[in-house]
Amino acid sequence: MENPIDYIGIAGNKPKGKRPYFFDDPAVERVLNITMAVGMELAVARERIDTLERLLEEKGILSREEITNYVPTSKDIESQRQQWHSEYISRILRIVQQSMEEVKNPDKTLQEIADDINQM
Amino acid sequence: MAAKNLPPTYDKIAKHAVFPEMTHDEKARYNFIANLNKHLAHVSQGNALAFENEVKPAFKNEHGRDFNSKDELGDAMAKNLHYQSWSALRRCTMEMRQQAGRSLTYRQAAELKEKVDALNAGKDTLILNDDVSPPPYLQAVDNHLMPGSYHTELFEGDVCNAANYDGGLFVTTAGLLGRYSDGGGQAIAQWVKNENSHFQPKRILDIGCGMGHNTLPIAKLFPDAEVIGIDTGKPMLRYGHARAVALGYDNVKFMQVEASEMPFEDESFDWIQTTMFLHETGGKSIYNIMREIYRCLKPGGLTMHIEQPQYTDDMSMYEQWIRDWDAYNNSEPYWSKMHDIDPKDLMADCGFNPAEFMQIGVKAINDLDDGTQKSDEPEDHGRSPIWNVFGAWKK
Repeated sequence: MENPIDYIGIAGNKPKGKRPYFFDDPAVERVLNITMAVGMELAVARERIDTLERLLEEKGILSREEITNYVPTSKDIESQRQQWHSEYISRILRIVQQSMEEVKNPDKTLQEIADDINQM
Repeated sequence: MAAKNLPPTYDKIAKHAVFPEMTHDEKARYNFIANLNKHLAHVSQGNALAFENEVKPAFKNEHGRDFNSKDELGDAMAKNLHYQSWSALRRCTMEMRQQAGRSLTYRQAAELKEKVDALNAGKDTLILNDDVSPPPYLQAVDNHLMPGSYHTELFEGDVCNAANYDGGLFVTTAGLLGRYSDGGGQAIAQWVKNENSHFQPKRILDIGCGMGHNTLPIAKLFPDAEVIGIDTGKPMLRYGHARAVALGYDNVKFMQVEASEMPFEDESFDWIQTTMFLHETGGKSIYNIMREIYRCLKPGGLTMHIEQPQYTDDMSMYEQWIRDWDAYNNSEPYWSKMHDIDPKDLMADCGFNPAEFMQIGVKAINDLDDGTQKSDEPEDHGRSPIWNVFGAWKK
């Protein structure tokens, strides 16, 4: 069975309810969210590099210079690397995707939903 | 300086045959988020300081009096930059956790469905029912910001949200619920067994069982009992059943049943449990559900409900207000409304004898606790794995 899902788009969906913003200027919050996601990806990359360096060192396989000089050696490798960038950008711009979803589908506030639910 | 209070690395989570596959980077992403959550628990301590040192004196200075209401207090706090920063970061970490979990589960949506279907095939312990819809209170909100909630299938047989929930709970709780995120279920099962040795339940119902993570510890400690978990979310039931089969359980049945209209006979269960369920219901439904529990419980039977701590009279207005943060900003809106109900009254209104009402505190049993993880743990306004449990014997 082929994957029936556009998982990159689906991953960043907005949950129900109008999104609360906390800073006086929502633009600040938008930048914060993007920055935090970038920060996370930096931590992820750092952990991966740490894994690689420890393994390479343990096994005595590679020198740092070989890593510096690496270029993709096939079309497949190039696509894999570009696919990674596509997913990465969707991840760090999640808040922009969600504001578009909210513009398209204006939502009730959670206070209003709480009142609704209290009658259910 | 030795770092204190570090969450366990993600590789400590228990895996099973339907657990989503994760790459090195997906696990690293979860490591980052768990650490960020731990960090923000410390940042949240600044809110109380900002309140005492900045917000409250400024209000008194301007109005010549203290706050009259939680709303007034909230309006003043909303202008405080530390509170704004903490709130924005907490909302952000929860959204990042959802995106991280959704991208890795939906990436393998087809494989997850196939694995779950293979384990469920031919089993009579999974009973789905197309006539049962998710109740309106679940359709009105995506609890804890999980888009699609427990019931949405993006294609026939989709179990992604259940797998997302399974893999992510460990991150949200920073591993404090143990390897299977079942510390709540383990705690209540052990309390029932250890504190009530006369009680030997033969038929047990877990309402709102979700993926069954808190149902299985009950089935494990009471292996001779027939245990039934009910939920309205098909992805949860399918995944939960496959997970139980994969983990070797044969005494648990998963059924698609709505809690306020249960198809069970009167007085047919010895023990009816809910775990972190009632605060995700609704203002009328909670009474309907409790009446159903009373109807289905045998005389001499037990019902227990693990919930958020109740607000008490000695809790300050600030404390009550900050504890409502998750209700509105982590999308668990009934959490705030449920605090207005006294659980003793709720149970009495639904038939239980007030003299039999009991309230206990339980702490999650954490099989990962090596004594280093909770040192210097700040109180995080109802988010610590220490719960209020209320219930009664039916007599």
